[in-house]
Amino acid sequence: MLDAIESIVVKYSLLTAFSVTGVTIWVSYQMSERLTRGRLHGSAIAILIGLILAVVGGLVTGGKKGIADIPLFSGIGLMGGAMLRDLAIVATAFGVRMEEFRKGGVIGAVSLALGLLMSFLVGGVTAFTFGYRDATTITTIGAGAATYIVGPVTGAAIGASSEVIALSVAAGLVKAILVMTTTPFVARFIGLNNPRAAMIFGGVIGTNSGVMAGLAATDPKLVPYGAMTATFYTGLGCLLGPSVVYMTVRALVE
Amino acid sequence: MTIYGTALLSICLLAGVSIGKVLGKLAGVDADIGGVGIAMLLLIFSTDWLRRTGRLKPPTELGVSFWGLIYIPIVVAMAASQNVLAALKAGAVAVVAGIAVVVVSFGLVGVLARYGQPAVTAEQESE
Repeated sequence: MLDAIESIVVKYSLLTAFSVTGVTIWVSYQMSERLTRGRLHGSAIAILIGLILAVVGGLVTGGKKGIADIPLFSGIGLMGGAMLRDLAIVATAFGVRMEEFRKGGVIGAVSLALGLLMSFLVGGVTAFTFGYRDATTITTIGAGAATYIVGPVTGAAIGASSEVIALSVAAGLVKAILVMTTTPFVARFIGLNNPRAAMIFGGVIGTNSGVMAGLAATDPKLVPYGAMTATFYTGLGCLLGPSVVYMTVRALVE
Repeated sequence: MTIYGTALLSICLLAGVSIGKVLGKLAGVDADIGGVGIAMLLLIFSTDWLRRTGRLKPPTELGVSFWGLIYIPIVVAMAASQNVLAALKAGAVAVVAGIAVVVVSFGLVGVLARYGQPAVTAEQESE
């Protein structure tokens, strides 16, 4: 009997994911209303619960995809994977006024450039402070401070060890998770309440998952603007990391 | 037909990501440069054109907007499938680098959002 039900839940994994996520969201919005009187947004609580579930999944299976590594919840991986995530994010642009993008275009590009260089710098300086002196390691950890994709792509291109690449992925994950959870709280202090600021935010922060979840928890209307600039970040980072940044770091430390 | 909207959305995403990949290839990296952003522009322009020529019917709009509305649950599922444990267990250098870059980033967003804007909107928003 139980086996039969389990096999259905696994076979129809995407529907299981919709059900589990729906219940999670409902619980989150109830908590938001009753425990925080709406002060902490329901979606912020839901994302936090998602992250806790990811830890549980990691502890139970030792895998890399959070709760999605448990067969029962494998549909969560499909639902939250790149394909549906990108489909949904592009759909949020439906009905957005082109005017807003045009107004934020220049500052968006400036934010991208400054944000990327600043991430490489902060990550690189941290690595240096921790005693790393070779250009490859400093650049790779700096790239990880950009995003957890720029890190391994850069590291692989310039021949970093797998241990250093793992550190760069971890730095990028810490960044993404911190942005997801803290953005709603700092939004007020950094003026993140209009499309233009959201484009700056996307360009400076860059990490897709962090930007998207952070903005969703702050104000869903801002999501398409942040996504527009953040989408260029990882690609440009992969371009700059192994080339300009690596050569600059090498000239500085060797 | 509602599927027209979802098909249009899918075509925009496939085209956008393909263009992003080609841009990456041209730049010599194995990454997508701006794919989602390009797809968003394609969607905005194509739906705008369809609307102006009177061909964007409500059912078609529904096929696009549904996916935008389901966005937050998808982000929750994305959060639940991250390798959070690896981030928590990583070496101190990774944790410090991650925290430091977020703190400095928020500061930079604040500076750019407040001081880099045109005088008129600055006055409107400083109230």
